[in-house]
Amino acid sequence: MPSDSSGDPLRRTNQLNVENGASGNTIEEQRPPLPPRPSLLQTGNGPASPHSPSKSALQAKATTAISSLDIQTLSFPDGSRGTFSAPTSGSVSESLSELPEGQRTPSRNVNRNGSDLNDDASLMSIAPTLRGNGDLASFLDDELNTQSPAWRLLNSQTEAANLFEAAEFEDTSLIDFDHEFDEIEAVDSQRGNEEEVLRKWKSKLKHYLILSSAGKPIYSRHGDQNLVNGYIGIVQTIISFFEGAKDPLLGFAAGETRFVVVTEGPLYFVAISKLGESDAQLRSQLEALYMQILSTLTLPALKQLFSNRPNTDLRRPLGGTETLLSSLADTFTKGSASALLSALECLKIRKSQRYTIDSTLLKARTEKLLYGLIVAGGRLVSVIRPKRHSLHPSDLQLIFNMLFEAKSIETGGGENWIPICLPGFNSSGYLYMYVSFLASQEECEVTDGRPSTASSTSPQDKVAVLLISADKESFYELQKMRDDVVSQLEKNGSMDIIKTAVRGGRPSTTDIIPGSQLRHYLYKSRSNVQFTMPSFAPYFCSPIARRRLMSLYHNLHASAHAKHSHLKVIHCVSRDYVSLGWASPQFEFYCVAGPSTTRASLAKSANDIIQWIKREEQRVFIIGGAVF
Amino acid sequence: MAEAAAPRPSSSVKLVLLGEAAVGKSSLVLRFVNNDFQENKEPTIGAAFLTQKCNLPTRTIKFEIWDTAGQERFASLAPMYYRNAQSALVVYDLTKPTSLVKAKHWVAELQRQASPGIVIALVGNKLDLTNEAGDSTNTSGEDGDADAAEGDDGDARKISTAEAKEYAEEEGLLFFETSAKLGTNVTEVFTAIANAIPETSLKGTRGPGSTQANASRSEDQSRVSLTGPRDNASKEGCAC
Repeated sequence: MPSDSSGDPLRRTNQLNVENGASGNTIEEQRPPLPPRPSLLQTGNGPASPHSPSKSALQAKATTAISSLDIQTLSFPDGSRGTFSAPTSGSVSESLSELPEGQRTPSRNVNRNGSDLNDDASLMSIAPTLRGNGDLASFLDDELNTQSPAWRLLNSQTEAANLFEAAEFEDTSLIDFDHEFDEIEAVDSQRGNEEEVLRKWKSKLKHYLILSSAGKPIYSRHGDQNLVNGYIGIVQTIISFFEGAKDPLLGFAAGETRFVVVTEGPLYFVAISKLGESDAQLRSQLEALYMQILSTLTLPALKQLFSNRPNTDLRRPLGGTETLLSSLADTFTKGSASALLSALECLKIRKSQRYTIDSTLLKARTEKLLYGLIVAGGRLVSVIRPKRHSLHPSDLQLIFNMLFEAKSIETGGGENWIPICLPGFNSSGYLYMYVSFLASQEECEVTDGRPSTASSTSPQDKVAVLLISADKESFYELQKMRDDVVSQLEKNGSMDIIKTAVRGGRPSTTDIIPGSQLRHYLYKSRSNVQFTMPSFAPYFCSPIARRRLMSLYHNLHASAHAKHSHLKVIHCVSRDYVSLGWASPQFEFYCVAGPSTTRASLAKSANDIIQWIKREEQRVFIIGGAVF
Repeated sequence: MAEAAAPRPSSSVKLVLLGEAAVGKSSLVLRFVNNDFQENKEPTIGAAFLTQKCNLPTRTIKFEIWDTAGQERFASLAPMYYRNAQSALVVYDLTKPTSLVKAKHWVAELQRQASPGIVIALVGNKLDLTNEAGDSTNTSGEDGDADAAEGDDGDARKISTAEAKEYAEEEGLLFFETSAKLGTNVTEVFTAIANAIPETSLKGTRGPGSTQANASRSEDQSRVSLTGPRDNASKEGCAC
């Protein structure tokens, strides 16, 4: 049974893809349903279930329900998808696994042949359609009962292919998640614990390996040298075999496990995942690890190390940053909305309050300052920057990782002066970052104005001032600026506002819209490269629940971002939840509701939230930011 | 002298910690500043800047401490931290011979590049890993903890006290063996440095009571000799 790690196929058995060319207007607008049009789509028939009745059934039983929506996408457990459309004239097989090794595209092959179609069927027209059109309504809302031929077809696919397996997969896949981050002990040949250690190592759901093209190990998330070295050798052999054939290896699968390879100059990055992320997502995670290495060494230094000695052991120059790589890797394994969306989250405060903070920073700005940020609870409060430079989300991800995940900074207490290369800004040199965590008032040492170490509050809740300069001598200058900023913020009350906002946490969906069906959502504003989300409580408090949620978002995100799909709306139903993904030129929106939520109420809840965000845009996002 | 009546004058002293990675620089500082210890502390990135006061009978010294990262790649930044520093703590791990080699390099660099009057203390950390754990070297070295804790190969010491002390005396350094984990000798190091700082190199406010020189020469004596000479010649910090 070919299968892949791309998650629970159940939840994708009813994917409804609607092309959406129009931009987000109001969804209330009643538009007549579009007339059915002939579709040029070929049927992509996945090879997942050899005994599936799909081909003949599909050709025989096209329905109007499908054709008026143009495309139905069905996901097969091997990660491929088939698209079904009304005039099915033939079937095209588009499975990843049938492509020769090395030619696989990193993205999922979704709707390859349908990419240019249907741009005019706007999403805005769909929502009313769901309610208005009788045919569609019956198809969509009572899908399980109406048993349209198409639905039966989809169902039979599911059952034949993966229903049972899926349930089992879902139940067992995260069973070890509690132990995912446990340390693996060293191999001790005297005690003969190799097997035990190896078993633990293999039970990890996620591995990251970094090695040099000469085969020297650089980093492994799990397992010590002795354990990993053999595998590093194998990986290096495989990768360089394909390199030699001028046909670089991008990824491959083994059972449920997906291997993705990224080559960056003399470095190989390998992600091994059983968590069902898409290749593109794994690739961006590996890129982030590469960015972390660059931020330690800078690109020219990295190149020089390897051009002088191709056999360089990079572990020495990288010494001390393993914790940064590991915390970054663990962030991905736990599932991070910020990493998934490549966006930042801001602290929600009033526009006028943010303005006050911005101008406080601007007023205190010293000559050497490049970027000035105030960060609270892992969220951005305020940023000032030169007009000609913006801050890259990938750079901020590295900084946030260092500050809030890796704990190397705040446990030391005091202030920090950190040389850091921000590859998004400039990969060839260092900037210098002044970091000061602000102790909450009761802990603050008023006597000399320097912050004392605050040990009681968790780093997640702390307020930090970050001042970045290109001049390594500017510590004292920035330190003075920080003193000015902090005393000013205390004086004008902004500090209390920030602390209150941090303590308040994120609102839950029902705080935002009373009675909302949504349990959680992600909203990314594309133009601002920022996202917002509600609290994880009460549904997603445990790490496993959160990982499941993130896996779901990863699937929606993968579907919406597959290279050749112009997919705009995805609706997924599973036994445990209903979810919706919605991509427009302005935003990406993903949400989850309970399993019994009807499509109409899901759409309504989603709209309510989106409208709330539009209303609160100036508060949840930093728009423009303060420039100088 | 009547210095006890007036508020003690306070002055700032810049101190830099140098030494190989993972010898315990940050842990020493954490013990000194917060009287705390963390197992498996994460490596310092760049440098951390902390302050702590040290009260002497005649005055208060406010240490401005630069706790630097030990990794090789940060070495080029070190001059920025030791420039203008009045004192330096060069730390090695007394269970790791290479760290003393590195420490000697730092001492040489400081003597060559740093300000001429800089007071340098050589500190062998991780005393808790040796058999003398818990004993401060200057009270008793052989007070029989040999049977404690770690069993037969409990003594992980690789650098003898005599060897390091001899080197320190040659170079005119203060010398201590410490345990940041147990707190052994940590405050003593900083106090001794505070005492060894020559009066004339002190900046900051000076009250009438501060005219005494601080001429304490021995690391185990935390009192300032009130009668010490005030001239510059008395400063050089060979306190051993």
